[in-house]
Amino acid sequence: MPTITFAQSSGATTEITVAEGTSLMRAAVTNSVDGIVGECGGQAMCATCHVYVRPEFTDQLLELSDDEDEMLDCTTAERTDSSRLGCQIKMSPALMNIVVDVPADQV
Amino acid sequence: MDAKRAEHTVIIGAGQAGIQVADSLRAEGYPGAVTVLNDESADPYQRPPLSKDYLSTAAEGTALPLRGPDFFESKNITLHSGRAVAVDTDARKVSLDGGTVLDYTHLVFATGAANRPLSCPGATLEGVHALRTLRDAQNLQRALATAQRVVVIGAGFIGLEFAAAAHARGLEVTVLEFASRPMGRALSATASQWFAERHRTDGIDLRLNEGVTSIERDEAGLVVISTTGRRYPADLVLYGVGVLPRTEVPQAAGVATDNGVLVDAALRTSVPGVLAVGDCASFPNVHTGTRTRLESVQNATDQGRHAARSIMGENSSYAQLPWFWSTQGALRLQIAGISEPTDEPVILGDPSSGKFSIALLRNGALAAVESVNSPADHIAARKLVGQNISVDPATLTHPSFSLKALAKTLIPVPS
Repeated sequence: MPTITFAQSSGATTEITVAEGTSLMRAAVTNSVDGIVGECGGQAMCATCHVYVRPEFTDQLLELSDDEDEMLDCTTAERTDSSRLGCQIKMSPALMNIVVDVPADQV
Repeated sequence: MDAKRAEHTVIIGAGQAGIQVADSLRAEGYPGAVTVLNDESADPYQRPPLSKDYLSTAAEGTALPLRGPDFFESKNITLHSGRAVAVDTDARKVSLDGGTVLDYTHLVFATGAANRPLSCPGATLEGVHALRTLRDAQNLQRALATAQRVVVIGAGFIGLEFAAAAHARGLEVTVLEFASRPMGRALSATASQWFAERHRTDGIDLRLNEGVTSIERDEAGLVVISTTGRRYPADLVLYGVGVLPRTEVPQAAGVATDNGVLVDAALRTSVPGVLAVGDCASFPNVHTGTRTRLESVQNATDQGRHAARSIMGENSSYAQLPWFWSTQGALRLQIAGISEPTDEPVILGDPSSGKFSIALLRNGALAAVESVNSPADHIAARKLVGQNISVDPATLTHPSFSLKALAKTLIPVPS
């Protein structure tokens, strides 16, 4: 099963193994990962599950939808080229050992 | 009050607002004990997906928790199963249904709202559902698996979200609404007419100006009888006819209520040491100048954060801009601000494309923006609405105009 590693700005990391199809936001919220809020419940409405995907995994991600792209403009922490919404990343074999950095602020 | 009493905040209600108060108290460095009372059997969960993703065939089948299982212990927050039945505000004690009595220094009502019951004959027949709790959603999941014909009573957010989800599962869906347009309480007439047409085009039988007089059961199943005398056979009936704030306990305790628990700008009630947040709180709305009670995730979480700061001794006014969303099948509605029937609607973009916004002007200023499948407009609107920005309709409808560009020119880019 795919594994997600969440890296905090403090240097602490959390590794979570999840079923395929699980969203990165859901994995974080159900496992108490600090810094991922998911306030809207996964509908790309609140931008509180913002993550920075490590460059080696960005090619494997599905392309940004227009909705996600537009919502990323309202993240609290700075948006970069590697910014994504965790609720829009669904785990698949291609993302087997994805590593993401959690921003310092979400709200 | 005993000056030596140990600092203890008791929060009644483990929904989005109540859990947020507890979380924010710890984030603000609150030193005392924190107890959240949960009167549902499930651990605290998110409600918005229950009327959307949870009911679609692609559902993961489990509720999304509000916080993970380690959260409460790691933040030293006690999640206590039980229902508050009485509060003695002089002695600062909360009595629970199991007989437990908790002393508090601060008490927060985050009791939320309950569905307004359907009052017609037959309202309690088996197969007639409401949707608010996880248990409701689980019952609906099971019922949807075998149903073919669905009648929805009430074309508000819940009714239409459910209707779209049921239709997407291939069911025949009829929606009965006694008012002349859907979502009339929350949306401008222009937007609600667009949604009515769109749902009909998609295949939902939306009937306006048609209420329900009774529900019967015959050999074939349920029959919903409408105010026009029509009979609608159904295997499943879902009603969403508004909500009532849960104010029984605060009212009995002598806390002032009037369509909600009355709070001041810092979210404090009429009784010292007692606050209220979220769906149950009626607060002075700085954006409209009137008292408002809002049922939304944004309001619940932002008020939760604010109440925590009030408990920490800050005396500031709650002023967050209200925003809302609804997803109805592929339609994504986002609203910033609160519109009034007299606002002037100006359409931005082309509604026939399925992607547009409606700016609502009040005295020439931007008072609210409703966006359909246009998150960029919505995000810009959240920055613009509430700043009393004067706009000319001719400027708004110019082909080169964008709310995003306007937001950028007016708001300094953070460094």
